[in-house]
Amino acid sequence: MDLDIVELSRLQFAMTALYHFLFVPLTLGLSILVATMETVYVMTGRPIWRQMTKFWGTLFGINFVLGVATGITMEFQFGMNWSYYSHYVGDVFGAPLAIEGLMAFFLEATFVGLFFFGWNKLGKVPHLIVAWLVAIGSNFSALWILIANGWMQNPVGASFNPMTMRMEMDSFAEVLFNPVAQAKFVHTVSAGYVTASVFVLGVSAWYLLKGRHVELARRSITVAASFGLASALSVVVLGDESGYDAGLNQKMKMAAIEAMWETEPAPASFTLFGIPDSEARETHYAVHIPYVMGLIGTRSLTREIPGIEQLVEEAHGRIENGILAYDALMEIRGAKGNATQDMTDRFEAHSEDLGYAFLLLRYTDDPRNATPEQIQQAANDTVPHVFPIFWAFRIMVGLGFAFIGVMLYFFVRSSFKGMTYPRWALYGAVAVIPAPWIAAEMGWIVAEYGRQPWTVDGILPTALSVSHLGVGEVLFTIAGFVIFYSTLFVIEMGLMIKYIRKGPVQDVEETEIWMKRHEARLAGPSAAPAE
Amino acid sequence: MILYELIDYGTLRVIWWVLLGVLLIGFALTDGFDMGVGALLPFVAKTDTERRLVINTVGPVWEGNQVWFILGGGAIFAAWPPLYAVSFSGFYLAMWLILAALILRPVAFKYRSKRDGKTWRERWDWALFAGGAVPALIFGVAVGNVLRGVPFHLNDRLMPIYEGVGFLKLLFLLNPFALVCGAVSVAMLLAHGAGWLVLKSEAGPITERARKIGSMAGLVAMGGYALAGLWLLVLTDGYQLANAVPDGPSNPLLSEVTKGGTWLSAYVERPWIIVAPLMGFAGMGLSVLGLRKGWGFTILASKMGIFGMIASVGLTMFPFILPSSIDPASSLTVWDASSSQRTLFVMLVAAAIFMPIILAYTAWVYKVLWGKVTESDLHENANSY
Repeated sequence: MDLDIVELSRLQFAMTALYHFLFVPLTLGLSILVATMETVYVMTGRPIWRQMTKFWGTLFGINFVLGVATGITMEFQFGMNWSYYSHYVGDVFGAPLAIEGLMAFFLEATFVGLFFFGWNKLGKVPHLIVAWLVAIGSNFSALWILIANGWMQNPVGASFNPMTMRMEMDSFAEVLFNPVAQAKFVHTVSAGYVTASVFVLGVSAWYLLKGRHVELARRSITVAASFGLASALSVVVLGDESGYDAGLNQKMKMAAIEAMWETEPAPASFTLFGIPDSEARETHYAVHIPYVMGLIGTRSLTREIPGIEQLVEEAHGRIENGILAYDALMEIRGAKGNATQDMTDRFEAHSEDLGYAFLLLRYTDDPRNATPEQIQQAANDTVPHVFPIFWAFRIMVGLGFAFIGVMLYFFVRSSFKGMTYPRWALYGAVAVIPAPWIAAEMGWIVAEYGRQPWTVDGILPTALSVSHLGVGEVLFTIAGFVIFYSTLFVIEMGLMIKYIRKGPVQDVEETEIWMKRHEARLAGPSAAPAE
Repeated sequence: MILYELIDYGTLRVIWWVLLGVLLIGFALTDGFDMGVGALLPFVAKTDTERRLVINTVGPVWEGNQVWFILGGGAIFAAWPPLYAVSFSGFYLAMWLILAALILRPVAFKYRSKRDGKTWRERWDWALFAGGAVPALIFGVAVGNVLRGVPFHLNDRLMPIYEGVGFLKLLFLLNPFALVCGAVSVAMLLAHGAGWLVLKSEAGPITERARKIGSMAGLVAMGGYALAGLWLLVLTDGYQLANAVPDGPSNPLLSEVTKGGTWLSAYVERPWIIVAPLMGFAGMGLSVLGLRKGWGFTILASKMGIFGMIASVGLTMFPFILPSSIDPASSLTVWDASSSQRTLFVMLVAAAIFMPIILAYTAWVYKVLWGKVTESDLHENANSY
C-alpha cells in the first residue's frame, strides 16, 4: 500500500466534497423557498411574489449549476481514486447512487430548464408544479446520497462473499431504512434550509439597510424567518438523533467528538471546552458540564459511554478475530471452489471482524504473520484525530443554536412588530451570512473525518480503498481541481454579487394593473368604475 | 425473500448488459446533440446574436440530457462494479479531462450571457466548444482502447492494477486505432448537432453553415467507421471466452480467456448482429443526405446512425465488456463482472418503475418547448442564455 496515494486521494476527496458542499445546502433550501414564493404568487395573484420568485430563482440558478457540475466529480471519484472501494462495496453502495440518478437527478435537471425557460410557455399552475418538482428532485437526491453515506457509517444489510471478494447486499430494505441514513437525511436537508434562510434573510437585510426593494425584502424576511426557525429547530433535534445513532454504531466517533479518553461512570459529562492531546491521550484545560453527554449519547442515566482507551482494547480483540477470518478466507480461496465445511464455519464465525484484519495490511502483506506490536499499532490506528473532530463538533453545535436565536428574533419582529427591524439587527443578519456554510462544512468534517480510519465503518479501511495510481497523476488532478475550482468560485461569487446588486426586475406595468384592480376590489362592487 | 430469484442470474446479467447499452446510447442520442451543438458553436455562429440563438436551442434541455451520462456512471457502479473500478481508475487522466469538460460546460451555458463583454462571452463560447468536443473525442478513444484490450490485471484480492505510469498511460490511450474511433465519435455528434440546429433554428446563415459542416462530418463518421471495421478485421486481435458460466460468481479470475482471432468472428456466430452496422451506415448516410437537402427531421436519421454504430460495438464484443490485453484471464465479461443477483434485481425494479416516468416527463418537456428558437425568444425571456 502506498501511503502517499492514500493521503493524496483523501485530500482530493475532502477538497472536492467540501467544495461541492458549498453549493448543495443553498440549492436544497432555496429550491423550496422559491417554490413557496411562487405558491403564494399563484394563490394571491400579487405580482410582487412573482418578482420575488424570479429574483431568488435567478440566484438559485447561479448556485445550482455549480452544485450539479461539482457533483459529477463526486460520482466519478469513487471509481477514479477509490477503485478497490468501488469493487468491494459497489454491490451495496452503487444501488442508492444509481437510484439517485433515476429518481432525483432526472427530475431536477429536466425541470430546472423548464423553470427558467417556461415562464411564457406554461400556465401559472403548471409552472408552479415545475418549481416544486425541481425542489423535490433536489431534496430526493440528498435522500439517496445520504442512504449511501449512511451505509458507510453503519453498514447494515450486507455480508462478505468469499467467492467474489466483496460485500454483497442481503437486504435492500435494511440499507434503505438504515436509522443512521434517515437521521442524517433530515439533519442535512434541514441544514440546507437554514443555509438558504440565512442567505435570503441576509440579502434582504442588506436591501433594507440600503432602502432598496423594500417590499420584496420585507416579504422575503418573513418567509425566510418562519421557514428558518422551523428548520433551525429541526437541525438541532435531528443532529441529536444523529448523535444518538452514532453512540450506538460508531462509538469511536462519539468518543472522539467528546475527547473522552477513559470510560467515565454514567451519566458522562459533556466537555464544553478543552484542548485534546492525542499523544498524551488527555484533554487539557477541560471544562465539563455534568450528565449532559450521557443524556445525549445514551438517553439514560445508567448506560456508560465507552472511552477511547477501552475502544482501542476492543479493536485489539477484533483484529485478533479478524486474523482468524482472514486465515479461513485464504484457505477457502486456495481450495478453488472446494471449500470444506470447516473452513466455511470458521470464516462465518469471525467474518464480522475481517475488516479489522485489513488494518494490518499497512504493516504486513499477510495479516496472519503480524507481530503483537503490529496488532497494537493497528488497534491504535482506529483512533481518529481527536482535536479537529472535537472542535468541529463544537463550532457546528454552537452555530446551530445561534441560528435558532437569529431566526426566532426575526420571526418575532416580522410577526408581532410590524416587520420593523433595528439597523443593528439588519447588520447582524448580513454579517451572519457565511455562518451556515461554516457549520455545514464542520458537520462534514465530524461525520467523515470522524469515520477514519475506515471508508466503511469496521468493514474496509481507507488505506485499502484507493486505486493503483501514481503520485504524479493524483498531484496533477489535485492541482487541476485547485486552479479550476478557485477560478469558478471567483466567477460565481462575482455573478452572485452582480445579480444581488442589480436586484429584482421591477415589472412596473404589471404591478400597476394589479394595484388598480386590487383597489377596485377593496372599494367593493358598487364603486366599480362605470364604463 | 426469494423474490429476486424470479429472474435467473444469467438473464438478469444480459438485461443489465442491454440496459448499459440503452443508457450509453441514450446519452449519445440526447446529450450527443447538445455536445455536437457546443462543438459546432464557434463555426456555425459568428455574431453574438447568432451564438445566443444556437446556445438557446439546447438551453432548456442540456441539463436533463446530461443526466443520461450521470445515470450511466451510477448504473455502471451499481450493476457492473468491477467495470466501474477498472475503467475509471485505469483511464484516470482521461476521465479527469472529461470531468473538467463536463464541469466547464454547464457553467458556460449558465454564465455566458449573464455579463456583457466580448472577451467574457468568447471565452465561454470556447468552453462550450471544449465541453462538447473533448468528451466526444475521449469517449471514442476509450471505445477504441476497449476494443484493443486494456493493460490491466486483477490481483488475488481482485484489486485492479493498471500497467504503466502517469502521463504515459494517457499517451498510450492515443494510439492510431483509438484515434480513428475518437474521430468517428466526434464526427457523428457533429452531424447529430447539425441535425438539431436545422430542426430548431430558422433557415438562415446558421442552418446553412450547420448543414455544410454536418454533412461533411457525417461522411467522415461513415468513412472512419468503415476504416475501424477493416482495422478490426486485419490488424486487431479479438478475445475468446472458453468457459461461459452465465450464473457463476462475479469473479473474473475464474474464467478462461484467450487472445487471438478476430472480433468480427461474432458476425459468423451471430449473423443477425449485422443489423447494427447496417443501421449505422444507413442512418448516417440518410443524415448526410438530409443535411444536404435541408430536411427538417434529419436528426432522426443521425439518431439511427448513432444507435447502430454504438450498438455494433457492444454486440461485436459480447460477452466481453472490458478485455485485458496483458492478462486475458482478468478480462471482464457479462458473466463475471456484474453485481449480485439480488442487487441486479432490485435495480431492475427501480429502473422499471422510473424509466417510463422519466421518458414521459422528458417527452412532455420537449413538447412544451416545441418550435424554433427565434430572436424574439431571446428578448422575451430574461433567463435565456
